[in-house]
Amino acid sequence: MSLISTTGLGVEHGGVEVLSGVDFTISKGEIVTVVGPNGSGKSTLIRALIGLEPAATGQVHRAPGLSIGYVPQRLHIDATLPMTVRRFLSLPRRVSDDAATAALLRCGVEGLEARQMSRLSGGQFQRVLLARALLAKPDILILDEATQGLDQPGVAAFYRLLEDVRQETGVAVLMVSHDLHVVMSASDRVICLNGHVCCQGTPHVVSAAPEYRALFGLGTGGALALYQHVHDHDHDHDHGPEGHGHDHAHPQDAPTSAGHPHA
Amino acid sequence: MLDDFLTRAGLAGVGLTLATGPLGSFVVWRRMAYFGDATAHAAILGVALSFGFGISVYVGTLAVALAMAITVATLAGRGHAMDTTLGVLAHSALAFGLVAASFQSGLRVDLSAWLFGDILSVSRGDLAMVWGGALMVVALLVWRWQGLLTATVNDELAQAAGLNPRHERLALTIALALVVAVAIKIVGALLIAALLIIPAASARQFTRTPETMAIGATLVGAASVLLGLAASLRLDTPAGPSIVAASTCLFAASLLAPRPKA
Repeated sequence: MSLISTTGLGVEHGGVEVLSGVDFTISKGEIVTVVGPNGSGKSTLIRALIGLEPAATGQVHRAPGLSIGYVPQRLHIDATLPMTVRRFLSLPRRVSDDAATAALLRCGVEGLEARQMSRLSGGQFQRVLLARALLAKPDILILDEATQGLDQPGVAAFYRLLEDVRQETGVAVLMVSHDLHVVMSASDRVICLNGHVCCQGTPHVVSAAPEYRALFGLGTGGALALYQHVHDHDHDHDHGPEGHGHDHAHPQDAPTSAGHPHA
Repeated sequence: MLDDFLTRAGLAGVGLTLATGPLGSFVVWRRMAYFGDATAHAAILGVALSFGFGISVYVGTLAVALAMAITVATLAGRGHAMDTTLGVLAHSALAFGLVAASFQSGLRVDLSAWLFGDILSVSRGDLAMVWGGALMVVALLVWRWQGLLTATVNDELAQAAGLNPRHERLALTIALALVVAVAIKIVGALLIAALLIIPAASARQFTRTPETMAIGATLVGAASVLLGLAASLRLDTPAGPSIVAASTCLFAASLLAPRPKA
C-alpha cells in the first residue's frame, strides 16, 4: 500500500525549476533513502511530499489520514527559549509522562526529561527529535539529513535505531542524505536525485570487503552500506559544452570501487 | 478604593503586565524586539489621528499599530531585510506622528504624556480598557499556546504537524497591537517595548520551561510597576520611566542569580 506517491512532480522556486518529472512512491514499512548532491532538490522533494511546497506540475498523493513524523534538517532552539526535553516532547500535542519516558527509552536517551534542549549533544538531540516524531504514532518517518553533525559510529547507531523501530512498529522511513555513497544498509531502495531521478537501486552491502573495513572501521556493525550509482544518461544540457557527466555533480566521490560507471 | 489615583495606577500597571509577560516572552524568543518598537512608535501616529478625527484614542492607536505590524510583516515576507524595513517604518511612523500631532494645538502641549505615559491620570474607564485588552491578549495566547510555541521552535515542525505558522504570526501581531493600544497611556509609546522585553529577559535567568518564563515575566513586570510607582511617589520622578528603570534594576539583579543547571 502506497503511503505517499508522486507522478510527474515538478517544483519551481521563483520560476526556476528545482524538480521535474519525479515519479516517487513509498509503501508501508519500506525504508527509502534519497541521496543527491547539494542543490539537487532533496529537501524540496521532502517539503513537497509533506505538503509544505506546492507542486508546479504533476501530483502528490498522500494516503488519507496519513500521520507523518518529521525530523527536520536543522533545528535551532534559541538560547532565550527555556525548553526541557520533556516539554519539547509535548509539542505540538501534549503527551503523557509515561509515553514520553517510553519514547526516550526507545530512542536510547532515557532519563533526559529534565535536561534543557540547548544542553544536549548532537547525537542526543537527534534522538530526542526522533522520539518526538515517534510520539505522534506516525505511519511514516521523514528525516531530512538527520545524521548531520554525527560521527560515523553515531550515524551507524542512529541507522540501527531506525531499523529496530521499523521492525517493531512497521513504520515506513524516508531518509534524505547528502552522502552519495554511504547509505543505511537497511534501505530497501536508494534514489539518486539531481533535479530529477538519476537512478534507483538497492544498497550494496560489502561488509566483508577490505575496502569497507578501511572506510568504516569495525564499530559500525553493518549499519552502513555503499550505493553504486548506475546512471543511464549524462548531463550535457545541464553543465555546458564540456559534456561531462555526473562526476562533476558528485564532488564527494568516495575513494572506493563504488565509482560511477556511466552507461 | 478605585477613587485613589495611585490605586488605579497600580491596578492598571499590573493588569497590563498580565499581557506583557507572556507576549514579551514571545517577543524575546522570536527576536521581535525591534518589531515591537516599530508597532509602539506607530501608536503616536494613531494618537494624532484619533484627535484629528475625534475618535477614541484606543481605537485609533489599535488601528494604526495593527496596520503597522501587518505592513512590516508583509514587507519582510517579500524579502526586504527585516532590520532595514523596521528602521524605515518605526522612525518614519514616529516622525509622521509627531508632525501630525503638531497640527493639533491641544495635543502639542500634552505630547510627552503620550510619549512617556501618564499612568497617574488613569481613569476608571482607562482601567476597564487596560484590563479588558490585557485579558483578551491572555485569552488569545492561551488559546493558541501549543501552536504558537511549536511555530516559535521551528516553522517546518509546525507545518508538518498540520499547523499554519502564518496564523500563529498573525495572532502575535494582533496581540502586539492590542498591548500597544492599551499600554500607551501607561508607559507611553517610547517605552512599551521595554516593558515587553526587560521583564521577560529577567525571567529567562531563573526559568526552565516556556510557561514558567511567561509567568515569571508577568511577576517581574508587576513588581516593576509597583516599585516604579513607589519610587515615583517618593522621588517625584515621572512614573512611566520610573517603572522601566525599576524593571532594569530587577533585570540586573536577575543576572546575579544562579542559572538553573542542566
